Formats: sequence, structure tokens, C-alpha cells
Amino acid sequence: MLPAERVQKATGLRLFWYTIWARAYPRIIGSTREKSWLFFETVLPLMGTASYVFVYRAIGAPEAYTGFVVLGGAMTAFWLNVLWAMASQLYWDKDGGNLELYVVSPGPLMAILLGMAVGGILMTATRAVIILGVCSFLFNVSYQIASLPLLVLIFVVTMAALYGMGMMFASIFLAAGREAWHISNLLQEPIYLASGFYFPVKAMGFWIATFASVIPLTLGLDAMRQLIFAGDPTLGFLSVEVELIILLVLSVVFIYGAIKMLAKLEEIGRREGRLIERRR
Amino acid sequence: MDTNLAIETNDLGRVYRLRGPKRKGDAKQLVALDGVNLEIRRGELFGLLGPNGAGKTTVIKILATLLLPSSGVGRVEGLDVTRDVQEIRRRISMVSGGETSGYGLLTVEENLWMFARFYGLDNVTARKRIDALLEVVGIADRKRTKISDLSTGLRQKMNFVRGFISDPNVVFLDEPTLGLDVTAARDVRGFVKQWMHDHPDRTVLLTTHYMAEADELCDRLAIIDRGKLLACDTPENLKHRLQREAIFNLKVGPLGPKPSRDAMIEAVPGVRQATIVEQNGHTELNLILAQEDVLSNVLAHLTRRGSSLISLEKREPTLEDVFVDLVGRRLDVDTSHHAEGEHAAG
Ligand SMILES: Nc1ncnc2c1ncn2[C@@H]1O[C@H](COP(=O)(O)OP(=O)(O)OP(=O)(O)O)[C@@H](O)[C@H]1O
Ligand SMILES: [Mg+2]
Repeated sequence: MLPAERVQKATGLRLFWYTIWARAYPRIIGSTREKSWLFFETVLPLMGTASYVFVYRAIGAPEAYTGFVVLGGAMTAFWLNVLWAMASQLYWDKDGGNLELYVVSPGPLMAILLGMAVGGILMTATRAVIILGVCSFLFNVSYQIASLPLLVLIFVVTMAALYGMGMMFASIFLAAGREAWHISNLLQEPIYLASGFYFPVKAMGFWIATFASVIPLTLGLDAMRQLIFAGDPTLGFLSVEVELIILLVLSVVFIYGAIKMLAKLEEIGRREGRLIERRR
Repeated sequence: MDTNLAIETNDLGRVYRLRGPKRKGDAKQLVALDGVNLEIRRGELFGLLGPNGAGKTTVIKILATLLLPSSGVGRVEGLDVTRDVQEIRRRISMVSGGETSGYGLLTVEENLWMFARFYGLDNVTARKRIDALLEVVGIADRKRTKISDLSTGLRQKMNFVRGFISDPNVVFLDEPTLGLDVTAARDVRGFVKQWMHDHPDRTVLLTTHYMAEADELCDRLAIIDRGKLLACDTPENLKHRLQREAIFNLKVGPLGPKPSRDAMIEAVPGVRQATIVEQNGHTELNLILAQEDVLSNVLAHLTRRGSSLISLEKREPTLEDVFVDLVGRRLDVDTSHHAEGEHAAG
């Protein structure tokens, strides 16, 4: 039988920490159990990347573009993850009956969202590394890294901004319900184009590049390319330092936005009975 | 504010705004709860009994801080459900029947561990409690089964464990035995009773459709219908209300076409409630009579309608009878079928 004494329960920051990892866990363990995910999230971006490489080679594009595409392809995995596994996750969790239990538990909703993000980043990072490794080997890409610490910093800040945006989307998508699918579909392809997954964003011209910069991957990718393929003149929509600052601002805005939206969502949900309704 | 009260509601009301396509003249809102007053003491196993749509789940969701009341006040351990949300969440848990929570890829143990962490349990404590509780509900051997591979009953037992893993003060159980077979339902009820016995200072609020379940489990219960509380007492006292009345089950020959209103059985003086079910070739009548001697009037009425008595049984009042007496209809799971039967026979 159960021991009679009361259970000690963490609160505050420790509870926040527990909650993040508890929610990250199914993401991390899940992908080792569901092999089809590995296929969709690795092989598909890999094929997309490879086809661009072949197109570039066929039309005689500069050899440097191969490297750009490979890096872009690896980062695509993160974008897909944010779109399909972050933004729509609360919606699924509501559908499955988990959201209610998340809300009644003392673990903060924001920690739950962060857990989803952490799990997503870790899992997707393995995919990105696979894509990067396989393509670099296949297409014989050479890298000239200007500053590794700066590169890591840019990557981290890009992830913060990107998943911050994903967390904010999660609330919006939940409020929008089924319509959200269309938004996701709508966003997927144009973003590939505009944010320069497959070629330097600078080539898109100033205005499109500026608009596309709202998506954190755009500047993150441009900055990372500048650092990895140092000295290529087609790169550098803005300087790495400026891009870093903008990315920092974006992450603060998105994460702050996510916190606010989530609080709002819970408030409206409790008032209008949206947390408890079942669609099925 | 009484500190010995685990749950207290004061004129609690909830109105849902109805969304979605509406035709002209359709109601824009629905009153799900209307002036509900409840006082549940610490250590009580309290039941909410009512038909579909009565408002049982709404009460639970308000008390569990998932839904705001439209009017009135709700308190859990003296804390206000509107304001003291975080503090309440630390002390409560909720399990609903037919729940599909968790992630199918996780094992039973992993799924429970995840929820335990949301409540701030450290690793060692979480694992210890998972093992102990799985043992108690008899599914320790399923610890490493993926939850997508569990049957409904096993899954519900797992959900149950989740509800108790965090050592809550107040547990909300919304139709916990929904969809379970007799054995599984008995196990679940047994577990609740045992837990209450081992933790005399804890409180359970449970909703149910099943009269027998309410009768067996609950220290006290409230009968609720259409958002209103009709009665609140111990099962014994509720049944005691019907002590003066006489309750009969009759089996009679076919009653023929539905007569006019004042020729129905309900119109016989002294008949308080009558529920009538047509069953292959005969009719079953369940009557609550003001006194026993009203029976002769009923029999005379049946003779006049050309029906003959097949069997007759007098019995002790059950909660079902109390419910019929208060609500005016039976609490059948399948209400639509029943309404038809009444209509045809009336
Ligand atoms: N989110 C919602 N939006 C609109 N109406 C709702 C909502 N939830 C419940 N209702 C309505 O409120 C009333 C009470 O519902 P509730 O779920 O509390 O009843 P219940 O007693 O739990 O019924 P059941 O036995 O079927 O579970 C019903 O008429 C129901 O249709
Ligand atoms: Mg209900």
C-alpha cells in the first residue's frame, strides 16, 4: 500500500524545470519508437535538398550554391518541425484530451510548451546532422568556418527565435482550430522560397528579404552561411552582427508574445468553455 | 468560511454561449448550472447524480479551475476557483471516464511519470508511487506496455493511478466507471473506497449515472437535473423520504393505444410516479404510490383498459425511485429509448 506520509512536491523554478523535461520526454523517446517519423523528417528534406543540388548543377550555378542548399536543407528540418509539431501540437493535445490535464496540473503551460520545443530541437538536430553529413559527403561540400563560437551563438539564438515563434503559433493555431491546417500548408512552400532555404536571401531583393526576415530562419540561415562559407560575395543580406541583434530582438518578441498569448488563451478558454469542449 | 469544508459552492451558475450555425429563433445561450449550493466536508466521498446534460461535468470543471463560473462562488479547501487557481491546482486532481489522455507511444510507466513530474514529484518518489499504485489496481504487469496497446479497462485503471499519484487533497472523478465491465468497475470502486479509508482527511467528488454505484460508494450525494440541485443527503436518508410511499413493480398485459391525458395511469389519484416500459408482449410498470391502498385503484384502472395482471412485486425504495420521484423520469443511460416506451404505453 501507499506510504501514509505526504509527498513532497516541487514548486516554482524546480517545477518549471521538471515540467519541461517531462514534456520533452515523449518527443525524444517517441522518435526512437516511430521509425516512420525518421523517414519523413530526414529522407524527405534530404531528397528535396538533393534535387536542388542537381538542378543547380544542371544549370551551371556557382559551385558555392551546393553548400548553401545543403545547409538550407538541414535547417528545413527545423522549420517543418516548428510548423507541424510545434504550432499544431496544442491543437492535437486538446483533441486527445491532454490539454485539459496540462491545464489542471500545477506545471506551468509555458513549461509544457518549452518542453515541446526542447524535445523538438533535440530530435530535429539529429535529423539536421544526418542531412548535413550525408549531403556534404555526397556532394563533396567544403566548409570554411570563420568563427565557431559565433556560429554556435547564431544557431542558438535562431532556435530561440524560431521555436519562440512556434510557441506563439501554438496558441494561435489552437484558437483557430481546423483552419490552422490551411495556414500551415500555406506557410510551408512560400517560406521555402522567401526565407532562402535553397539560395541566398540576398538574391530575392531587399524588400522580400526584409519581409522574410520575420521568419527567424531567414536571418539565421544567412548569418550561418556567412560564417560557414566565409567570404562569398553573394551572401550577407546584412552583416552577421546586425543579423544577430535582430535575431535576439525577434526571440524576445516571440517568446514574450508566446507567454502573453498563452495566458490569454487560458483566460478565454476558461471563460468561454473552450478548454473543456470536445470536437468529436 | 468553514475550514472543514473541502468544497463549497454558493449560488454557482454557468451559462454557455452557444456557437456554430444557428437557425432563427434558436437559443443563443444555455443555462447549464443554476444557483447550485454545495457543502462537501473534508473526508467525504460525495456523489453527484443526474441524467445526461444535468450539469455534473460542468460543476467538476468549474471546481477544477478549467471553467469560470458565470455567477456565484466556488471554493476548494477555502480557495476561490476564480482567483486562487495555482494554489488549487497543487491540491487537486481529475480523472474522467473514457479519457484518452497520454501519448500512445509511451509505456504506462512513462506516461504516469510524465504526469507525476507535472505535479512536482521527484524521480524517486514518482517511480515508487507508480509501482505502488499499479500494484494496488492490479496492473503492475503492464508497466512496460505501450498505452496504445491497452484495453479500455486497463487504460482507465492507468488514468486512475494518474489521479492519485500526486497525493491530492481533493480528487474529482467524472463518471470514472464509464464503459468498464462489471469486474473493472468493481476494482475501481474498491480502489476509491480503500483510498478514502487510508486517507481519512481527503475528499472525493464523483459524478455518475449508475445509481448502484452512488449508493454503494457515496457518503452523501446530490441529485441534479437541468442545472438545479434537487436534493442532497446520505443515500439512506434519501431513500427514507420514500418510506411512507409504496413502491410496486407490476407486469401486465398490453395496455393498448395511448389514452388521453386524464385516462393515463398517472392520473389515478395517489399515483406519484409511473414509469412504463413495453417489453415483448407485456408491459412493465414501476409505480410510486402515495400509500399502499392506492394499488387497488391502479388495478381497477388496468382492468378498465383491458389489461390483466401477470405479476406483482412490492419492494424497498432504491435511489432510482428517489430519482424518479424528484426528477419525474428514470435515469436510464438510454433515455431516448425509454421516452419512446412511455409514449407508446402511457
Ligand atoms: N463547452 C460547452 N459549450 C456549450 N454547451 C456546453 C458545453 N459543455 C456542456 N454544455 C452543455 O451544458 C449542459 C450541461 O452539460 P454537462 O456536461 O455539465 O452535463 P453532464 O451532467 O455532465 O452530462 P453527461 O451525463 O452527459 O456527462 C448540457 O446541456 C451541455 O450540452
Ligand atoms: Mg458529464
